[in-house]
Amino acid sequence: MAMEVTQVLLNAQSIDGNVRKHAEESLKQFQEQNLSSFLLSLSSELANDEKSVDSRKLGGLILKNALDAKEQHRKLELVQRWLSLANNVKSQIKACLLKTLSSPVADARSTASQVIAKIAGIELPHKQWPELIGSLLSNIHQLPGHVRQATLETLGYLCEEVSSDVVDQDQVNKILTAVVQGMNASEGNNDVRLAATRALYNALGFAQANFTNDMERDYIMRVICEATLCPEVKIRQAAFECLVSISSSYYEKLAPYIQDIFSITAKAVREDEEPVALQAIEFWSSICDEEIDILEEYGGDFTGDSDIPCFYFIKQALPALVPMLLETLLKQEEDQDQDEGAWNIAMAGGTCLGLVARTVGDDIVPLVMPFIEENITKPDWRQREAATYAFGSILEGPSPDKLIPIVNVALNFMLSALTKDPNNHVKDTTAWTLGRIFEFLHGSTMDAPIITQANCQQIITVLLQSMKDASNVAEKACGALYFLAQGYEEVGPSSPLTPYFQEIVQALLTVTHREDAGESRLRTAAYETLNEVVRCSTDETAPMVLQLVPVIMMELHNTLEGQKLSSDEREKQSELQGLLCGCLQVIIQKLGSSEPTKYVFMQYADQIMGLFLRIFACRSAAMHEEAMLAIGSLAYAMGLDFAKYMLEFYKYLEMGLQNFEEYQVCAVTVGVVGDICRALEDKILPYCDGIMTQLLKDLSSSQLHRSVKPPIFSCFGDIALAIGENFEKYLMYAMPMLQSAADLSAHTAGADDEMTEYANSLRNGILEAYSGILQGFKNSPKTQLLIPYAPHILQFLDSIYMEKDMDDVVMKTAIGVLGDLADTLGSNAGSLIQQSLSSKDFLNECLSSEDHMIKESAEWAKLAISRAISV
Amino acid sequence: MAPHDLRRPFKRAAISDQQRRRDLTLQRQAQGRRDAQQQARCLASTVLSLQSQSTQPEYEPDIELEPESLPDLLPEQEESGASSKDLDVRHASKLKGAEARKWFARQLMLPEWMIDVPDCLAQDWYVFARPAGKRCFVVSSNGTTVSRQRNGSILHRFPSALPNGAKTRDVSGPSQSYSILDCIFHEPDQTYYVIDMVCWRGYSLYDCTAEFRFFWLNSKLGETGACSPPSFYHKYRFSTVPIYNCDQSGLSSAYTGALPYVKDGLLFYNKHAHYQTGNTPLALVWKDENCSQYVIDTDSKGQVPSQQQVVLELQDDGKLITSDDPPVVFGCLDLDFIQKEIFYVLLLVMEVEFVDGKLEKVDLHYLGKVNRARAFPDSYSKMLEALILYEKKGKKKLTTGGIQISYAICFFEHAFSLV
Repeated sequence: MAMEVTQVLLNAQSIDGNVRKHAEESLKQFQEQNLSSFLLSLSSELANDEKSVDSRKLGGLILKNALDAKEQHRKLELVQRWLSLANNVKSQIKACLLKTLSSPVADARSTASQVIAKIAGIELPHKQWPELIGSLLSNIHQLPGHVRQATLETLGYLCEEVSSDVVDQDQVNKILTAVVQGMNASEGNNDVRLAATRALYNALGFAQANFTNDMERDYIMRVICEATLCPEVKIRQAAFECLVSISSSYYEKLAPYIQDIFSITAKAVREDEEPVALQAIEFWSSICDEEIDILEEYGGDFTGDSDIPCFYFIKQALPALVPMLLETLLKQEEDQDQDEGAWNIAMAGGTCLGLVARTVGDDIVPLVMPFIEENITKPDWRQREAATYAFGSILEGPSPDKLIPIVNVALNFMLSALTKDPNNHVKDTTAWTLGRIFEFLHGSTMDAPIITQANCQQIITVLLQSMKDASNVAEKACGALYFLAQGYEEVGPSSPLTPYFQEIVQALLTVTHREDAGESRLRTAAYETLNEVVRCSTDETAPMVLQLVPVIMMELHNTLEGQKLSSDEREKQSELQGLLCGCLQVIIQKLGSSEPTKYVFMQYADQIMGLFLRIFACRSAAMHEEAMLAIGSLAYAMGLDFAKYMLEFYKYLEMGLQNFEEYQVCAVTVGVVGDICRALEDKILPYCDGIMTQLLKDLSSSQLHRSVKPPIFSCFGDIALAIGENFEKYLMYAMPMLQSAADLSAHTAGADDEMTEYANSLRNGILEAYSGILQGFKNSPKTQLLIPYAPHILQFLDSIYMEKDMDDVVMKTAIGVLGDLADTLGSNAGSLIQQSLSSKDFLNECLSSEDHMIKESAEWAKLAISRAISV
Repeated sequence: MAPHDLRRPFKRAAISDQQRRRDLTLQRQAQGRRDAQQQARCLASTVLSLQSQSTQPEYEPDIELEPESLPDLLPEQEESGASSKDLDVRHASKLKGAEARKWFARQLMLPEWMIDVPDCLAQDWYVFARPAGKRCFVVSSNGTTVSRQRNGSILHRFPSALPNGAKTRDVSGPSQSYSILDCIFHEPDQTYYVIDMVCWRGYSLYDCTAEFRFFWLNSKLGETGACSPPSFYHKYRFSTVPIYNCDQSGLSSAYTGALPYVKDGLLFYNKHAHYQTGNTPLALVWKDENCSQYVIDTDSKGQVPSQQQVVLELQDDGKLITSDDPPVVFGCLDLDFIQKEIFYVLLLVMEVEFVDGKLEKVDLHYLGKVNRARAFPDSYSKMLEALILYEKKGKKKLTTGGIQISYAICFFEHAFSLV
């Protein structure tokens, strides 16, 4: 029943567009007419050594794409489709694939490997294809190297596709044995060794049990370390990748090996080719990541027994590690600062040095200072840049007490280097270092300010001057100014920046108009800095912020004036529109936060809204998100007055809620619905049918990114609170959705951290919905309608309490819902509430919470319950 | 299985400004939701009613300006029972001038005089010694604290450590949330003794039992620092009073125990009763010479008048009524007496006759009108208590008929003679 597909597959790769198109249509047709036969044809094409490599590869690729897709809902469809195929069809296809692994044609083997892994990913969780691993392992002992290579590659892909819990330990052991044997120095075939090393990378996730066994672990580690010394660079690189992976997956098992690994990595960093050296540095960066996490979580005093202790590998390696990293800093590439995609050993080394500083704090300072002092004034720019970069890298981590005296000495030098150093690279790093100084050592929490009345003027002058320098330097100067402004965020009624405000804003606007503002993301940096300067401004400069409104509006207006643009120009244009909307959003939020400025600002509201509506007429998700965010701020600032825009704005609101693909836009729009609910209160009622319909559709969609669903539930609460008992007609739709989501999120046994986090955000959304609905119905004669839902709500509260994995936010919301239930239903729910676990243990736990918000919610709940049961 | 990309951010801030904008927006929205929820929760499920006039006479002086120098005999303002508007405490806390005075005048819970010992006194009741001083409502909101006396006039306006009671940075809640305490201002130590908690941080406690309110009062007041000595942002000290169960030892502690304040009788609160405005039989007051200097009314010179007086409300039709709900009516005044501006009248008790323990016949003589600062006539129970105590002082026999009402007196004389 197989059909002849060779020619069609070849035509599908033709350079002649018409031929190609016709072939693609034929393939599509085959697939629709008879899927089984189509897939069989593809697999036999792939297996047939007499066919051309091109038709075989494409056949395999189409077969693979018939099994997997990026989109979750599409992927599930494909999985179901495969599982429902006739068994004999599937067996034939699988037989073809396994046969292909022995093909002399490398591309065919490699394609087959990937398809086999996809099928394994579908079937193994369903306990199908149990013989697969066995038959792959039997290949390992075959003589031809290319078969062993293909088999190891297949095992690698398989480990990547299949979750470790569907393969039993016996088979895991066999896979690991085969893989590690393939990596061994005794394996003469480098292709086999490389395939084995790469396979191990994926198999490491399966090796939990083996890593707890000292002997097995020792053996695996020895083989990996040997592979890092292999003459073949790709094998060395793959071996270091395994070490990087182990550093995070098996951090707690590393102690016996860390000394050897240091020697290996140090040698690689100093002597090996760049791809290998980069992995060697990454090993230490990854260790830093682990230790930073551990130390942040436990604050250094480790007590628990199931958690991972800190072994202080970085602290111990410090005296050798730091000099090694400092050496790398001198290996800069020319023009790396102009190249967005650059990543080299100097950059990796500096990044690692920054992580080391965060891991060990003060201890790094004396180890780095001599390097800085020795190099910072050298004639070779590489030395000056390396010294500056080293200084900038260690500014986060060590205590201000340790750093501020040094910074006070260095600041003048930096300012003069930024203006006078002849080298672009040095100036770039100097401006970046100034930014880091302001980010970490300047602000209201610092005891001794590094920016004083004496040097403030000079600092600002230098930064504004540097904004006229090359685009990469100007971008870093903007960044420095960003943190300079941020440091004055909580300065009080009067800011030291006030005298310079006008000048700073003017300079930033000038930067946005530079010819080369598109390079080094300079324009973006300038607008971001403008935003921060506005955010951190005080009442003193409010009139100047107001003056900025028509300026930014005019810029936005200009982008909308319809000249014909190429697609490249259009992309730049919409990026600019996004930046301008963002800037307006910040200004609206700033001016809207105090009554007098809000009042004056309102004169622009109609015009701004007009511009935003025009933005929606353009097609670009990024802009829509920005405009939507800005409209949310506008609604928040305007309150009831926003109602006049609703008629025109509504369709864009609905469009936003329908935007499944760009889920960020959908998420932001859901948030804006909340803003509008609070602004309009019951005046939103005429639009609620449409909004609720859309939200319910969103919830039932398998296409929409799951992260949007919790905010949609919260949004139910916003709507209910706004329209009160008018929510009645949505109860019959909303409540079952809430209940089933509640059941789903209540039980999280066996979930990983990510699942638990999602469950908590879902719980929070559900609880906020309940809270809003209950409060919305309060004092209404229709309160009775909610009584039937009370038992389920209480059950939900009890079960998340018993699950013991809710976070503080959920705890606060949950205990509040208990109060809302009592408050709204009163004596109707009194006895139910008294029977619930929540009203006793949970409530008491919350009442004695350290968290102020939880405690307050709990007190409210206690009060409301006491009222409900005392009636 | 191509090599894995390991590029890390280089010379970049950890968070993009766009992400920051998103985060700030989410924060603002979350805050907005919290505020909206908080507001909904504070819209007390108990809406207290305010008999308010839509328009106020313009000549009415703003008594808030000089509360202390209130003229004694200002003509009483006319009560038009016309439009009644329901206001909750939240709105009431924003009322000004005469409106506020009127509203607050009706919000205090007023104990009846104990003429009969309730059943289950020991199980169901609390007792505490009432501090001598001015009974008042203390409201803290929007950075200031105001105390109002029983007639609604302002006693003090001051900063306090109560929630939102002073213009300081209070992190503990939204600035519009308010608290209302039922207090007695005790002159000698310039302290507000809190005898009940009506609202706390915007949450109404009207519908809570006394048991809960006292628990809440005792656990919350201290947390705020309101019980600390006066300071710049805290002009008057607040204090709780020791509250006892009404068993033998509780009674004796309240009756004879040493306290930092001058006692003015004992207050009895039923544990299960809600805060009910106006007179209630679920709160009782007892006074005798052992626990109060003010057993019976004294005149302005502190002398016990030679005759027993009573203040009753004069209605349009000439009826004289007590403050009870429903009021007890004592006959009519001759209509010739009725002047528009008179609201309460002071009467002289000439003779009283009891039938089956109830006041049946009361002979009253008109003495004069009462100053407008007084917001309530006497209650029935107060009248009785006063009469009995008056007689006990041996001044003059006024009553004839049954004497069951003196049972309470016997009970206390017995109870206290044991301690």
